[in-house]
Amino acid sequence: MLAVQVLINALVLGCLYACIAIGFSLVWGVLNVINLIHGSFIVLGAYLAWGAYQWAHVSPWYALLIAAPLFFAFGYLLQRLLLNRVISAPVLVTLTLTFGLDLILNNAMIYYFKADYRKLTLSPPTGSVSLFDVVVPVDRLIATAAALALTGLLYLLLRRSKVGRAIVAVRLDRDAAVLMGVDVKSIYAIAFGLGAALAGCAGVLMALIFPISPLTSSAYLGKAFVVCVLGGLGSVSGALAGGVLLALVEGIGSVYLGPAHATTLSFVLLIIFLVVRPQGLVGRKGFE
Amino acid sequence: MTRAHLALLVLIAVVASLPLFGGAYALRVGTMACMYAIFALSWNVVGGFAGYPSFATAAFFGLGAYATGILLSKGVSLSVALAGTLMASFLLAAALGAVLLRLRGHYFAIASLSLVEVFRELVNNATDLTGGGMGLNIPLASGSGILADATFFFYAMWGLLVLTALVVIAVSVSKLGFGLNCIRQNETAANMVGLNATLYKSIAFGLSACFVGSAGGIYAAWVHYIDPSDVFDILYSVKPIVMALVGGLGSPLGVVCGAFLYLGLEEVVWRNYIQIHSGVLGVLIIILLLFLPHGLISLRWAMFWRKVKHV
Repeated sequence: MLAVQVLINALVLGCLYACIAIGFSLVWGVLNVINLIHGSFIVLGAYLAWGAYQWAHVSPWYALLIAAPLFFAFGYLLQRLLLNRVISAPVLVTLTLTFGLDLILNNAMIYYFKADYRKLTLSPPTGSVSLFDVVVPVDRLIATAAALALTGLLYLLLRRSKVGRAIVAVRLDRDAAVLMGVDVKSIYAIAFGLGAALAGCAGVLMALIFPISPLTSSAYLGKAFVVCVLGGLGSVSGALAGGVLLALVEGIGSVYLGPAHATTLSFVLLIIFLVVRPQGLVGRKGFE
Repeated sequence: MTRAHLALLVLIAVVASLPLFGGAYALRVGTMACMYAIFALSWNVVGGFAGYPSFATAAFFGLGAYATGILLSKGVSLSVALAGTLMASFLLAAALGAVLLRLRGHYFAIASLSLVEVFRELVNNATDLTGGGMGLNIPLASGSGILADATFFFYAMWGLLVLTALVVIAVSVSKLGFGLNCIRQNETAANMVGLNATLYKSIAFGLSACFVGSAGGIYAAWVHYIDPSDVFDILYSVKPIVMALVGGLGSPLGVVCGAFLYLGLEEVVWRNYIQIHSGVLGVLIIILLLFLPHGLISLRWAMFWRKVKHV
């Protein structure tokens, strides 16, 4: 039964990890920018859900609807005003720029919310379902379903809509996309906005499950990194596969080695993947 | 040796006169200045010469601090502990570099960043040896009065800075520096003309780690207490990059100037905006990248004159 429980936990957690990583993966894949603000976006989304529930009794489902456009606009502007100026610069410059932005955002959050941990507690509590000996909390199940829905939505957007096809085109071959009449600058901004919106929504879902603090942003960022590298850049299915793999390794690692070694294990996995298969589980071409 | 190298050595020599001017605060700032200059110079070997964006500085700083700290608490003398740390950091980094430096660009940046996390976890979990999250108390190395202690550690750090600067200058004028330059410009081509890129990169990574490791050792002995979240702070990885960007990538004189300037800014910001200092740091980084992407070295006074005339 323990094996089944570990497997179920890994599936649930894996979908959430995928949701954390998918926006990060999109930005990295399309803009070729490692977006170090991603973790802080997630935490900001969590605060949004927490604040909306605490002060206005808006349930997290509606908070998702608020978070998505807000974060999209935020990301869009950030790309247009700042990132766009250095987008063609070497790796080091874009990386350092997003790091600077992260310092500002994270410091602002510490300043306003302090470093205390907060928890969004739904009343009445949702409880948990158990089948035989396997127990899963309901809020986790709901969050997982929402995470899957978000991932599916992004997949559909990229596959079916005109903007989505343009994003994939820019990712596959920037120059050819320009020749086909795609406005690369605005596609970059839209992709970054989408990345931010997904991060914000992921944050809202995280608020349901995990405690919220500005200090957790680096942990989310680390997860996004690992999932991204495991799954392959800019691929929706890759993010799901990477998320579940990471959750499985962490789950099995905690059972056999103790929870203290879970992070080490995931980073060892990361380095192995980076060296042996840098393109990730699912190849590196396109989003399919 | 070029004029810029001479200017660098003169600059470092000037720093040595700091104890003449003042008390404990000047010594503290001076020690930090030397430490930052070591960071920037070391990072420059792999980041500036070879063009690999390394985020591993914090990893080797922390590792060096712990290696020296543990050796000191086992009763080894400071100089022996530091020499051991230097050698061990070099060998470990060179071995890791042989694997990690096969990655390029973003992938290398992430792999080197994850080194910090891995080392931190390892230190955190090896409770018997390192004290885990409780931190490690390190016995006093000299213990002959506060000011004498401060002076001692200042000169220790300064000595290490001189050593680092000499090695980096030697590298930049040697075949190794030339090879690294070739690797930065076109690694495939460098490989094709028979340059052993893997060996060169490994040595560069080892050099970029060993002085940082020893600086960590001196730091540990200086502050007497270290814990994983202190010495494995990711900011230690980012600061040298900012310093190098401030001063101008690739030039040893530039990065040391960048380090000193950065420390000055940090001191002012820390003192005046204690609550929002990292936010202010972020603003500085962004302004720097947007308006001065090639560092202070790209500033030419003539530029200003022309602008003034234009107005």
